[in-house]
Amino acid sequence: MTAPARHPAWRGVDAPGRAAVGVRTLRTDRWWLAPVATALGLLVFVVYATARAFEQAYFFADERYLTPFYSPCVSLGCASAPGSSHFGMFLPDNPLIPYAALSLPFLLGFRLTCYYYRKAYYRSFWLAPAACAVPEPHPRQTGETRFPLVMQNVHRYFFYVAVLVSLVNTYDALVAFRHPDDGFVVGVGNLVLLANVVLLWCYTASCHSCRHVMGGRLTHFSKHPVRYWFWTRISALNTRHMLFAWITLASLILTDLYVTLVARGTIVDLRLIG
Amino acid sequence: MTEIERHDYDVLVIGAGGAGLRAAIEARERGLRTAIVCKSLFGKAHTVMAEGGCAAAMGNVNEHDSWQVHFRDTMRGGKFLNNWRMAELHAKEAPDRVWELETYGALFDRTADGRISQRHFGGHTYPRLAHVGDRTGLELLRTMQQRIVALQQADHAATGDYEARLRVFAECTVTELLTDPAGAGGHAPIAGAFGYWRESGRHVLFSAPAVVLATGGIGKSFQVTSNSWEYTGDGHALALRAGASLVDMEFVQFHPTGMVWPPSVKGILVTEGVRGDGGVLRNSDGDRFMFGYVPDVFKGQYAQTEDEADRWYDDQENNRRTPDLLPRDEVARAINTEVKEGRGSPHGGVYLDIASRMPAEEIKRRLPSMYHQFKELADVDITAEPMEVGPTCHYVMGGIEVDPDTGQSRVPGLFAAGECAGGMHGSNRLGGNSLSDLLVFGRRAGLGAADYVTGLERRPAIREADVETAAAMTLAPFEAHPAAAGENPYTLHADLQRVMNDLVGIIRTEAEMVAALDRLAELRARVHDVVVEGHRQYNPGWHLALDLRNMLMVSEAVASSALLRTESRGGHTREDHPGLDPQWRHRVLVTHCVDASEAGAGAVVPRTAVEAAERVPMRADLLALFDLPELEKYYTAPELAGHPGRGSRQGGTP
Amino acid sequence: MSYKGRFRVWRGDAAGGALADYTVEVNDGEVVLDVLHRLQATQAPDLAVRWNCKAGKCGSCSAEINGRPRLLCMTRMSVFAPTDVVTVTPMRTFPVLRDLVTDVSFNYAKAREVPSFTPPADLAPGEYRMAQVDVERSQEFRKCIECFLCQDTCHVVRDHDENKEAFAGPRFLMRIAELEMHPLDVADRVPAAQDEHGLGRCNITKCCTEVCPEGIKITDNALIPMKERVADRRYDPLVWLGRTISRRRD
Repeated sequence: MTAPARHPAWRGVDAPGRAAVGVRTLRTDRWWLAPVATALGLLVFVVYATARAFEQAYFFADERYLTPFYSPCVSLGCASAPGSSHFGMFLPDNPLIPYAALSLPFLLGFRLTCYYYRKAYYRSFWLAPAACAVPEPHPRQTGETRFPLVMQNVHRYFFYVAVLVSLVNTYDALVAFRHPDDGFVVGVGNLVLLANVVLLWCYTASCHSCRHVMGGRLTHFSKHPVRYWFWTRISALNTRHMLFAWITLASLILTDLYVTLVARGTIVDLRLIG
Repeated sequence: MTEIERHDYDVLVIGAGGAGLRAAIEARERGLRTAIVCKSLFGKAHTVMAEGGCAAAMGNVNEHDSWQVHFRDTMRGGKFLNNWRMAELHAKEAPDRVWELETYGALFDRTADGRISQRHFGGHTYPRLAHVGDRTGLELLRTMQQRIVALQQADHAATGDYEARLRVFAECTVTELLTDPAGAGGHAPIAGAFGYWRESGRHVLFSAPAVVLATGGIGKSFQVTSNSWEYTGDGHALALRAGASLVDMEFVQFHPTGMVWPPSVKGILVTEGVRGDGGVLRNSDGDRFMFGYVPDVFKGQYAQTEDEADRWYDDQENNRRTPDLLPRDEVARAINTEVKEGRGSPHGGVYLDIASRMPAEEIKRRLPSMYHQFKELADVDITAEPMEVGPTCHYVMGGIEVDPDTGQSRVPGLFAAGECAGGMHGSNRLGGNSLSDLLVFGRRAGLGAADYVTGLERRPAIREADVETAAAMTLAPFEAHPAAAGENPYTLHADLQRVMNDLVGIIRTEAEMVAALDRLAELRARVHDVVVEGHRQYNPGWHLALDLRNMLMVSEAVASSALLRTESRGGHTREDHPGLDPQWRHRVLVTHCVDASEAGAGAVVPRTAVEAAERVPMRADLLALFDLPELEKYYTAPELAGHPGRGSRQGGTP
Repeated sequence: MSYKGRFRVWRGDAAGGALADYTVEVNDGEVVLDVLHRLQATQAPDLAVRWNCKAGKCGSCSAEINGRPRLLCMTRMSVFAPTDVVTVTPMRTFPVLRDLVTDVSFNYAKAREVPSFTPPADLAPGEYRMAQVDVERSQEFRKCIECFLCQDTCHVVRDHDENKEAFAGPRFLMRIAELEMHPLDVADRVPAAQDEHGLGRCNITKCCTEVCPEGIKITDNALIPMKERVADRRYDPLVWLGRTISRRRD
């Protein structure tokens, strides 16, 4: 009898001394469903986000709605949509440089090194392991001890930057209430932007690194009641970190789609006030 | 004969529960080479099942508490049958033993000022139980397990070998203690122990001048029990066969609240903490029936109305406690009566209701593992519906007769501590007193063993003939029995459990005891013909066949003692002798092995005999801690002649 | 209610073995361990299975049911349909001894490698003062019943025998976290967690948390906080900066 090529015998659950069960996993449930769904979900976002980041058009609507994918808009190209740039324009206008090149790499880094997303893509793309007690296909496992995965430890840097970007997003959502001609207005787009920002804060604040720096690193909570209070609140949010990770992927796409469609004129932004 | 694995130690501890580990820590810290032998893996012992807490009069929650109050509570709970010296040592030393655990890394729940929090429990006057949620036993066991690892790490640093002075032999069963008849006059002293590895079935011989028995209880002889398979009375039976004696074997505690449904978990414990935290017992009519079951000796100490009982949870200074927290024997009998009289729940228990008494979140916070246990095992949400509970065999008060200060039995070099030692709890143990018992007397036994070994002039020697007899005994079940068809050990075990449950349970009569002894004699004969299939490697049928010997010896001791004691007290209730009899208070029933002189040679299950003896009278200063009227409920008049109360009342009478 | 349940139980030892088929009576309210006990009493008296408390408190009866690491005593038969075949094997990360019993000595060896609780030198027994909020995190980890299911399911050792040397496994990385968060432990455990106990090998796929019968949040509350403490020392620019400045001030 020959062992399947991808699973050389005498490794993992087939190692000498262990129970010779003969089948590498006996799981009868649909364990493959979660990793497949995760992979599809992440792929959809990556494709959409890449396409939009490089499109360099339809990112600013009604002279006040800036999509988060273009925030902060710091490319010279932002001049094509007057009023979209709140923090100056200095990056060269080049098809290979997204208008928000200042924030996007850090947001990508923040999500890539996020403890939840790490679990998600280790399981769904790297299959290490695809599901619990299902053998992984790799001959060696060094985890996050070597380059490049040791870089996952810099999640903290990305968290600090993500807080700054969230502040920028919040600013965007707030200034969107002011129309250059009509003054203070509230449209459906404002609610969309606002909801997205709140969800982004939920995701950012529920981050494990945030939980740690706010109070988790303390040994004596009793001596730091304020930080302990923050820690308990962030801990409660943190139990839903995975939920916020997915909700914000969806809310980012929906917000961007809304701004794009309004900018293209496909739909009209309904004014609720003003 | 195949070669036998041999080891030499100074102190051999049998059993790796709380008492065994504490004894081993003490012996090793005194510099002796120590081995621990246990039937399960290291860290799995039955101590993990203890939920409520560890009683110690630290006075953290109520400063009025003291060792004297704890001593009085313990004696009252045991109906004054306790070995008073053990109760005294226990009450005095328990706080130190608990504080010591903190230096090993234990993390008890805390009071607002950062000290160890203490909770209420049945029979304790003040909140006294140090606890960690409802998993206190696990905390104690894990802490001592980790202490042992710490000692091994110290040995590793010093010698390069973790096991240089302290080694754990896990999944290893001792089947016989070996003595040296050539030893000093009187009893032959301990020389070692013989056993087998459960994994391989291979024999192993320990040469050790001191053996500490810490094997726990006997619950597996009963059908409905909270005890695990390990509780087969090994220590009791080993001690008997080595020539030691047992005391108080008629006293078996039935915990009032075990699960009754589903059948597979029948007997599993529902912690008394449920009642301590506000849970109440109700019958099928919804009545809180415990108010009708407060016995005369406790009249005046318990609330008489539901209102007062409910106020007590918040204000203990001005109200009396709920009768739901009477000592365990009283509650178990009350439940038994309610069920018998037709007011039980559908599955033959009563209701324990906490759901209607506090918010769901509060229940989950205070009783997490109870919530978990009912959810997982019975699919019952205790925050929404009441639990069904009934009595379950929980603890044996009786055990090896030991010297209170050193834990030494009649056999030189043989020590005992924890549940398998007798005397400390009298006729009924208070909840929370077993965890403190095993700490206090585990340490004392380890110390006693260390002193004994240090003072030895000559190391007792093992006789090869004894080793061969012991080896042959373990292998007998593999031999074909041409005469009989061969008995299945599982069937025999089930039959034994039925006899003990039906005839030697909570309520007993003379006729039932006589019948039980007849049935036990039949079972003893059948054990000769037990046959097991397969080979010696990890064979549970074989293991059970060997444990059956011990269960039968202990069961006989319980039934014989219960037959002799013609009164009702604590964990022994005779329907034909319903009252307390002061003439029985000062007498103790002592069990010994009839053919111990021949080390039980030939007999698979040696016979036991029970005799009455006089108890040592309580020291005057301890007796003076009690009021005369209370003592008069238990003592005969002559016994109280020296009490200061009597002296003042009778003034000048000579 | 009672029915004939179909079971496949792995029988054998280190030399080899196979799944054996049995048909056993199953009654209302039973767990898998009850059925295995009936199997022992009626058909396979020498079936080796480790168990003890039968109430989910001792962590002895760890095995794999339909390929998932579970406690035999906490898996109710009602989660299966009467027609389901229930497959029971020993834990597949540890060497098998016989039938459902494995050699878990790996775990005891790892336990010894974690330095023990180190109390403050100036406190006598009885003088320990700790606030409830400060002990709660470690108390969660001390709920561990040492069933070793987390060690069994962790792919770092399950799929890689060669990692057993360098990796303590979730149970003992959690033990390090427990001591690190103990309000009175004075030892520094962070560098060793990374360098000696293999914390870096953990890639936080959370299988340990998934299988824990005590519901301990091993990954979120123990492993990730430990990784963050390592990051504090080695990878955080602000902490590094702060420490450099304060050192200069000294």
